[in-house]
Amino acid sequence: MRANYDKKEYWASFAQRWSGVVLALFLPAHFMVLSLSLQGEQALDGFLHWADTPLVKIAEAGLVVLLTIHLLGGFRILLIEFLSWGEWQSWMITVTAGGAFACGCLFLLRAF
Amino acid sequence: MKASLTMKLWLIQRLSGMLLGLFVVIHLVTMIVTIQGGVTAREMLDHTSGNWLVGAFYSVFAIAAAVHGSIGLRTVAQEVVGWRGGSLNVVIGGFCILLSVLGLSAVKGLVL
Repeated sequence: MRANYDKKEYWASFAQRWSGVVLALFLPAHFMVLSLSLQGEQALDGFLHWADTPLVKIAEAGLVVLLTIHLLGGFRILLIEFLSWGEWQSWMITVTAGGAFACGCLFLLRAF
Repeated sequence: MKASLTMKLWLIQRLSGMLLGLFVVIHLVTMIVTIQGGVTAREMLDHTSGNWLVGAFYSVFAIAAAVHGSIGLRTVAQEVVGWRGGSLNVVIGGFCILLSVLGLSAVKGLVL
């Protein structure tokens, strides 16, 4: 089977799948960091201090982008699966890309 | 039997996705609002300690994310790597339990 690399629907599906994989594999680390508060405020502050660097903030913005892609892309899939097809649904790929870019930029603007 | 399990997992994936859609919007807005000026453990705990509404919200959020993420990883393992059968279900079930425990432990640290 030949992949339709020139179709935006292929890349929407690709982004939906792999953003989900990255987010699922990130979750254990996310939960373990938040669990540091079980060891006391200082343990969590130690991590937050380490994370307060430009490189980590950019990585966090990347996760915000992936989360927004998966959120809006997932909404697109639900619309396709549960509603009858309307041409307007094809706009959801653009909305997903635009929304993810906007959320990432907004996060960076507030983080720096 | 196999088709029935696949169908059930597909439905759980969609239902957990709908729930997560709402939670992720709240989570994204909270992150973008609170990130400005940096976050300290004290600021986080001031908002979460003893707040049972936050505790309930993030407990359901963590479990829904664990279930949704695990089913998604199972699908990717099947379609991309070709891994199928009982061993995959055991590993994915273990991942789901691990994520749920880590998530609830994080909620415990922040709320109790």
